Amino acid sequence: MLGSVSTLVVAFERPAIDWHAIAPELTLLGFGALLTLVDILWLERGRAVVSALASFGLLASMVPVLTLAWDGADRSTFWGAYVVDDYSLVMKAVFLLAGYVVVLLSTNYIAEGDYWENEYYQMLLSAVLGMVVMASARDLVTIFVALELLSIPAYLMATWRKRDLRSNEAGLKYYLMGVFASAVLLYGMSLLYGAAGSTMLVDIDAAISGDGAPLAVVTLGVIFVVVGFGFKVSAFPFHTWAPDTYEGAPTPVTAFLSVASKAAGFVALLSLVFVGFWGRADVYQPLMWVLAAASMFGGNLMALRQTNVVRLLAYSGVAQAGYMLAPLAVAGESLAVADDALSSVVTYLAIYAAMNLGAFAVVIAVARRTASAGIDTYKGLFRYSPGLAVAMTIFLMALAGIPPLGGWFAKFEIVLALISPATAWGVVLGVIVAVNSVIALYYYARIASHMWVEAPPESADFDTTTPIKTPTSVTAALVLTGAATLAFGILPQWVGHFTDVTLVATLAG
Amino acid sequence: MTDFLNDWGLTLVTFVPLAGALVMMAVPAAEEKALKQLALLSSLLAMVIGGLLLIDFDYGNAGALQYLVDARWIEVINSRYILGLDGISLPLMALTLVVVPLCVVYSWDHIPEPGNPKAFFILMLILETGMVGTFVAQDLILFFVFFEVVLLPMFFMIAVWGGENRRYASIKFFLFTLFGSALMLLSFLALFFLSTDPATGESLRTFDMRVLSDVAGAGILGATQIWIFAGMFIGFGVKVPMFPFHTWLPDAHTEAPTVGSVILAAILLKLGTYGFVRIAVPMLPEGAEAWAPWIGLLAVIGIIYGALGCLAQTDMKRLIAFSSVAHMGFVMLGIATLTDFGINAAIFGMVAHGIITGMLFFLAGSVKERYHTLEIRRLGGMLVQAPRMGWILGFCSMASLGLPGLAGFWGEFPAILSAYSPAEGLPVETFRTYMVVAAVGTVLAAGYLLWLLQRTAMGAPREEFADSDEIVDVTRTEWISWAPLLVGILLFGLVPGLIFDVTDPAVVGLLANGG
Repeated sequence: MLGSVSTLVVAFERPAIDWHAIAPELTLLGFGALLTLVDILWLERGRAVVSALASFGLLASMVPVLTLAWDGADRSTFWGAYVVDDYSLVMKAVFLLAGYVVVLLSTNYIAEGDYWENEYYQMLLSAVLGMVVMASARDLVTIFVALELLSIPAYLMATWRKRDLRSNEAGLKYYLMGVFASAVLLYGMSLLYGAAGSTMLVDIDAAISGDGAPLAVVTLGVIFVVVGFGFKVSAFPFHTWAPDTYEGAPTPVTAFLSVASKAAGFVALLSLVFVGFWGRADVYQPLMWVLAAASMFGGNLMALRQTNVVRLLAYSGVAQAGYMLAPLAVAGESLAVADDALSSVVTYLAIYAAMNLGAFAVVIAVARRTASAGIDTYKGLFRYSPGLAVAMTIFLMALAGIPPLGGWFAKFEIVLALISPATAWGVVLGVIVAVNSVIALYYYARIASHMWVEAPPESADFDTTTPIKTPTSVTAALVLTGAATLAFGILPQWVGHFTDVTLVATLAG
Repeated sequence: MTDFLNDWGLTLVTFVPLAGALVMMAVPAAEEKALKQLALLSSLLAMVIGGLLLIDFDYGNAGALQYLVDARWIEVINSRYILGLDGISLPLMALTLVVVPLCVVYSWDHIPEPGNPKAFFILMLILETGMVGTFVAQDLILFFVFFEVVLLPMFFMIAVWGGENRRYASIKFFLFTLFGSALMLLSFLALFFLSTDPATGESLRTFDMRVLSDVAGAGILGATQIWIFAGMFIGFGVKVPMFPFHTWLPDAHTEAPTVGSVILAAILLKLGTYGFVRIAVPMLPEGAEAWAPWIGLLAVIGIIYGALGCLAQTDMKRLIAFSSVAHMGFVMLGIATLTDFGINAAIFGMVAHGIITGMLFFLAGSVKERYHTLEIRRLGGMLVQAPRMGWILGFCSMASLGLPGLAGFWGEFPAILSAYSPAEGLPVETFRTYMVVAAVGTVLAAGYLLWLLQRTAMGAPREEFADSDEIVDVTRTEWISWAPLLVGILLFGLVPGLIFDVTDPAVVGLLANGG
């Protein structure tokens, strides 16, 4: 007894750590700690600098990401549980930049609401840290730790408007649903571990791909894991928390959830599908097909009837998740198709981050005047605030996928991946994507025509004669996301160059 | 000069309007005069560059793409920035470059409600970039992007400056065309994956339109071609618009502001027929052959249905809109024969319809401005009150009904004639039946146009307008914007070779690949 314990103790040796590989995480962690120190030491005085410090921290963490990209070599540390390759780097960059834009959106909102500023940015940084870790995680335990690291601060941030009932509702719903999803996920992971005897994704693939693997256990394990992340990415029918949480949470937090948190869920799904489950296309492909089709139709059809822009964006987010899930339904056809599918989802995530954050930036700017996100309050926006109306139109039409705005290339890549294996299932899903783009256009164009066609509401309790003033940081966010949305649409190579990544190559070798 | 045009001509002519629009965005909205001048300047500049291209164009070699630009664009999907101009693109590009400045001139003192000339002109210039780009793009994805660029500005033009029912009309236009182009894109992707090099049998994975029409669907099974063609058929057919996808057109035209209608009729509809000629037919010859009888059928249904629709209209603008359905039916009939004769006629028909119907919509706009109504019942006696305008209406109606000596004739008559002997493999009897039906259509066209003329231009002015001092004859801005179109109608009617000689080599070359 004692002997076995002592062998365990002896058996532990510290893994060789590649410090460069985890430099972005360490930088982020350092700035998170720094924020805490500033809070403790400077107290009230610290509030003036926390937002700047947080955004600086996010940008500073980009530096090691860039040096790693420059270096170009794939790195693997912690016995292969933690991998830095092109795929993880591009996703880290998306998370960090999205986090930066969220800080820009939050600065005035959090300061003016007299909310707990230091804590807010600490939470934000730790959530981003979880996402950045997620991008490199190639092992079930690391994935789970990363997931909780990003989720728990997100639950708190959703309730940040503590005295507002809706915000409490938002946080509570999100928390309960999230914990439930985590439980389902853990159960699925335990099944996979049982089948494979290892938590490493590469080992799981090797173990479950062969004919000898117990089909029932593997199927249940894969389904549970996918369902667990289905909550995170708000895929139909696991989306029910999203509209309420989005509506109740502070809008910058909503922007964060709808972009970064969703992307983190996708990153985990991608790593799992392309590394862990890749050999079991028979199990995950039908599952993804159904989830994708249901999310597209479900999200778009429910979005048609919304009267609140944030709820509408929540449902449109469900549909967007469906587009991104679609390529996974054909991913297992061949190595080439797998690469196309992965690149298309990564491209979509990057472009989606720009256009959706932009849309939320406009919502935040308009709500400063109207104190509401009702679609009716957008009437006549073009007449009194043409700049914001044009910006919103650009973001909405990008989400709808109208060239030359960024979204078209994202959708194009998705459809390209779906058609590439030339299977009936893929082509049908491609047609479903096409049909859904048309359905979605209806509600995006409806907001656009509210802004452009209608006159400002006469009985409005807000001023409809002067242009809305946007704070500098929100303007900066608008310019950044707007420029990215346009650039990605006109010169898609700028994003396509970075998102042309592979994961399965490591398996094939 | 030639070198410069070779390298930059097409890029400039495409993007000068867009650059103008960007500059205009920086000018405050209060500077109306400067904004109008900027809009005119950029559209004129594009026209001048286009003119230089036309002068420098090697007409002896009109079948080949000239001024080719081939640069990197989206490498990850192997899509390139390829522009080129040949005999098919040239007349349509020229038409665009002429019509847009005329629209700017017309809008000089005709900015529709609710004003805001800045946004109006910016949208018009963005439209021009999209339209010119579509006609010169030689890469499917580039073509697709330009094809779609026109959607948003047109949507807003109808939605903001349109008539009472503008919300419904604009969103209908938007949804219909997006649905078509989504399916069209799927077809493009299928071409990308399935086209093979006939020599080696390897997958080409290219969007290069030159290559794709050279291999002409090699390696794609006939049955698959039929499906791929179906996607394009819907995509382009909605835009044309062919029966039964035409329902967005009368609504869009009726609600659109005058200039919007003119651009829609003169150019946007041609994007669809151009797509058939440039992409669908040469790249999928077997698919085209299978679909041709059906296209022909829908085309003649369009001709008759459009004409009957015209006879039932009480609104002048809606009547012209329905006449577009009929005229585009002739164009599609020409394309459906899959012969060089028919397709030449179709391209002529596109240009002729562009000038004539564009002119008719200008007239409708001016009538609306004077009478504040387009209800045919309430109009009358235009020849008495505004004789020049009445005569112009008469002239354009004659052109539209296909009077020999005017441009309309050369679009209609050869298209009907081409149906007599369709391409090999097509059912001759069926097409001859179409020919007869189409010929009946011309009689109906004469009927509704002459009836329109009789009710609006002839007779005595109605009482309610008899003393109206708003009804003035053609104004100076109207003369400036109309004169080139009127000259064009006459010129192309008398010397049809101006267009046929340019298009013929290109059409023959395009069809030769498949055989």
